Parts: sequence; structure tokens; C-alpha cells
Amino acid sequence: MLGEAEPQWISEEVKTGTTIIAIEFNGGVVLGSDSRVSAGDSVVNRVMNKLSPLHDKIYCALSGSAADAQTIAEMVNYQLDVHSLEIDEDPQVRSAATLVKNISYKYKEELSAHLIVAGWDRRDGGQVFATLGGLLTRQPFAIGGSGSSYVYGFVDAEYRRGMTKEECQKFVVNTLALAMNRDGSSGGVAYIVTIDEHSTDEKVILGNDLPTFFDQ
Amino acid sequence: MEKHFTDSRVKGVSTGTTILAAVFDRGVVIGSDSRASIGGEYVSSKTINKVIQVHDRIFCCMAGSLADAQAVTKTAKFQLSFHSIQMESPPLVISAASVLKQLCYNNKEELQAGFITAGWDKKKGPQVYVVSLGGMMISQPVTIGGSGSTYIYGYVDAKYKVNMTREECLQFATNALALAMGRDNVSGGVANLVVITEAGVEHIVIPGDKLPRFNDE
Repeated sequence: MLGEAEPQWISEEVKTGTTIIAIEFNGGVVLGSDSRVSAGDSVVNRVMNKLSPLHDKIYCALSGSAADAQTIAEMVNYQLDVHSLEIDEDPQVRSAATLVKNISYKYKEELSAHLIVAGWDRRDGGQVFATLGGLLTRQPFAIGGSGSSYVYGFVDAEYRRGMTKEECQKFVVNTLALAMNRDGSSGGVAYIVTIDEHSTDEKVILGNDLPTFFDQ
Repeated sequence: MEKHFTDSRVKGVSTGTTILAAVFDRGVVIGSDSRASIGGEYVSSKTINKVIQVHDRIFCCMAGSLADAQAVTKTAKFQLSFHSIQMESPPLVISAASVLKQLCYNNKEELQAGFITAGWDKKKGPQVYVVSLGGMMISQPVTIGGSGSTYIYGYVDAKYKVNMTREECLQFATNALALAMGRDNVSGGVANLVVITEAGVEHIVIPGDKLPRFNDE
């Protein structure tokens, strides 16, 4: 056909669109993400795991431009390996977050990615850090990505201090499901990572196993 | 960074707002915040009323350009009262919504306003209709609108239940408005709520300091 437009994935930047969340509990953290990667209106990957390990007990959640986010995660993974060899013990979550923040801040004009860093270390237990725009702040929980706008109200209302690990996992799954239902750039399956002193546990929740709400 | 659309490119004074309406077992609750701003930088009114009565048991909430919304609701109010006289009976909620829809659709190039219409009539009981920017009209059990609504989609999806009691629905609406006003900088002030049932209409105003507070405050 004459004048047919080419598919958008040829010309549009690949973004992770996304909904990401991380929350701390007494003794660890839970991270969660959706799995959709879009280029304009096309979904170029429907099963991408946006929870990327920076170290054994430190993970980061990626959002924004897929390339930028992955590159930052890989660079910090390398820098953290070197650092942990130098200090001869497992790195602190704060160190990992600081490395991410340094890159995000220095290249803030060129990059458009936001990483949430969360993990467990011996010194301060479970911690969640937000690094949006190059700031570094520790929070009890953090949400990010395009889908997060739709669930600010939900997380404000539902978060309580002192939740158990199971309550945190439920909170993360519910938040992801709600955001994935409303945000066009979030969807697919939900990836959940639970990190505590004893283990790092990765889980996938398939689309039809996600919680449903009154209009479904 | 995530981009989200606000109606900050609206001309002139915008209601940059949060509006909602929800059906419960015997009636409907419709409510809004009370802030009007110019370009998101100056609050031109802290106590503006965005819940307009268009007939005895039919109210509507406006979002978008304040001037457009006021002009449309005034016209609709007139047309509806004329219609009600001709029919010799109170108008149906769907008629009120249709009048707004006709105005929005036929003038879609010039207007920049959206509405939520809620009310009670004898034929179908409590109903909520939403007329969006281009003039689409649909009926929903619960609906939210305005710039602040983005932040409470998750909350509304999770917490709304069909056939709630009046008290549960009021609490739900108050919480939703409070959460949206807490995150959206162009929504704020007091919460204006109206409860419409067969028996009558009740206005509730909740000042900012009496709104529910959540963990981060």
C-alpha cells in the first residue's frame, strides 16, 4: 500500500515504560516489576525481567530508557565487584545506591533512566534507596516508572510500618497488578524478588494469576 | 523519567482538579476538591465550587477550562429545566448527561472541558455518567477525573465495591479525594461532597485539616 507507515519499533526509542516498586521489611526487602518493554506503540519484549542483580543481596529495578537503565546497572555491577574485592567483604546497599546515584547525577542531561536500589546488608538490614534525577534518598518504600503515577494513592493509603515479609509481598503484587491494569506501558507478568539474610528468592507471577479487581 | 499528561496546557484558568462520583446501594456520591489555578503556579481560588446542581437530583462536576465548564453547565441547566417542563416530570440522569454530551461534541474544537454527571431518577435509580473531552458519554459505577485522578486509579480500582453502604461510600470518596489532593499540586483546598438519594440531597464540606491523613503525614 502506498504511504504505509513503518512499525514504530524501527524508529522509536525503546523504553521500559514500566512499573517498579521496592519495599523494606524488618530483615529484608521485596522488589517487584512488570515485564513490558515498548517502542512507541509496539511491545518489543513482553517478558523482560527488570529486576537486575548488582550483587548477591543487592538488586536494582530498572525504568525509563531500556538501554540507559541496563548500561547503568552493568556499570554499577562491575564497580561493585571491584569495591567488594577491595574491602574484602559484601558491599553495603548504600554503597551500591551511591554508585548508581553518581552515574545518574553526572550524566543527568544525557540519561533518562531511574533505578531503585534495594537489598540487605549486615549493618543496616533491609534498605530501599531512590535515585531519581541523581538524588540519593533512603525510603521505607519506593515506586517508579510510568505506571507508578496511577498507584500513588493506593500505596499512600495501604502502606503501614512494620509489615511482615508476606504482607510486603502481597502489597507489591497488588500494587503491580493495579498499575499494570491502568498503564499502557506496563503489563505482562510480575517479577518479585525477596532478599533477606538467608536467601535471595526470585519469583514470577503469570498474568492470569495476578489479583483482579471489581471491574474484571 | 515518566511523563504524565496534565491539563496544564489548558487556556486561561484551569480547574486542574480531582473529581469523582460513585454509586452505592441507594444513591450516589459526587465530590471534588476546591482549587482553581493558573498554569499550576498561582492558586486563583482556594474555595471554588466545582459541584454544580443542574436539577433537583442531578449534579455535575467539571474539569478542564473553568470558563468553558461554567458556560456549558449554565446552558445545560437551562436546557434541562425546559425539557423537564415539557415532559412534566423530573429529567432522567441520562438526559442531563446527554445534554452535556451534545454541547461537548458539537463544540469539540473550541471547548476544553470534561464532566461527571451523577444523580438519582425513578427509572434507573442512582447512576453516574462521564462525558469526556471530545464528547464521549458512558455510564460507569465509579469514575474519577481531572489531573489529580491519575494518582488514585490504583486506589479506586482496589477499594471500590458495588453495593456499598452510604457510610462506606462516603469514606471511600473522602479517602480518594484526600489521597489525590496529597499528591497533585493543582488539587487542594476543601473536599466538597454531595450525597444524592431518592430522599434528597445532602452537601458535605470537609476542610483540609479534617481530611484523613495517611502514613507519610
